[in-house]
Amino acid sequence: MVTLLYFASLRERLDCAREQVALPAGTPTVGTLVEALRARDGRWSEAFAPGRDWRVAVNQQMAGAATPLKPGDEVAFFPPVTGG
Amino acid sequence: MPHVRVQEAPFDAGREIAALTEGRRDVGAVATFVGLVRDLNEGDAVSRMTLEHYPGMTERALEDICAQALARWDLVDLRVVHRVGPLAPGDAIVLVAVSSAHRGEAFAACEFVMDYLKTRAPFWKKEVTPAGERWVEARESDDEAARRWSEGGTG
Repeated sequence: MVTLLYFASLRERLDCAREQVALPAGTPTVGTLVEALRARDGRWSEAFAPGRDWRVAVNQQMAGAATPLKPGDEVAFFPPVTGG
Repeated sequence: MPHVRVQEAPFDAGREIAALTEGRRDVGAVATFVGLVRDLNEGDAVSRMTLEHYPGMTERALEDICAQALARWDLVDLRVVHRVGPLAPGDAIVLVAVSSAHRGEAFAACEFVMDYLKTRAPFWKKEVTPAGERWVEARESDDEAARRWSEGGTG
C-alpha cells in the first residue's frame, strides 16, 4: 500500500485529500500509478488526463513519471505551486 | 543553519532581522524581501486569500533552497518565514532575510531564494474576488525568473 495525498485545486476536483491504495503490479512507478488512477471514473480520468498540468512528490521530494514506488511511500499530487 | 518557519501568525520583519544578526560582528549586509497580498490580481479585485501548503514537504523544500543559496554564495545566514491560512490585502505573506559580509551576495541570494520559493515550495493561493473563489494560476514569468539562475546568468 502507498498513501496518496492531493492538494489545492486537485484535492477539490477529486473531492479527496488522502487515500491508501495498493501498488500496481510489476515494477510500480509514478507513471503506472497514474495509469491506474486514470482508469477510475470520470473525475479521476479527467484530472489525470494527458496534457493536464500536475506535479508529483514521492516522500516529500519532487518526482516524475519514472520515479519507482515501494510499499509505504507517500505520493502527493498537486497543481503548480503559487506561494510567495 | 538557516531558520525556516511556516506559520499562520503574522511576523515582525524587524524582529526577524534582529534575530538573524544577533551576536554577529561579521555581517556587513542584510538584504530582505517581504511579499504582501495585493487587492488586485489578473484585473480582478481581491478581498481575501487563503494559503494552503504541504506540511513537512514545504519546510524541507525551503531548507533545501536555503542550502542551495549557502552553497552558491558566501553568506553568513538566511531566514525564511512564510505564512499560511487566511490573509487579507496588505498582509505580509513571506519574508526572506539574508546576511553576508558584503551586499552583492546578500542581494543576489535573496532574489534567488524568492525565485526558487515561487516555483518549488509547495504553497497554493486561493483568492476571493467579486466573481467568487478561485485558485491562483502559476505564472510562466515565475518559471523564467527561476530558470535564469541555472543558466549561469545573474549571480
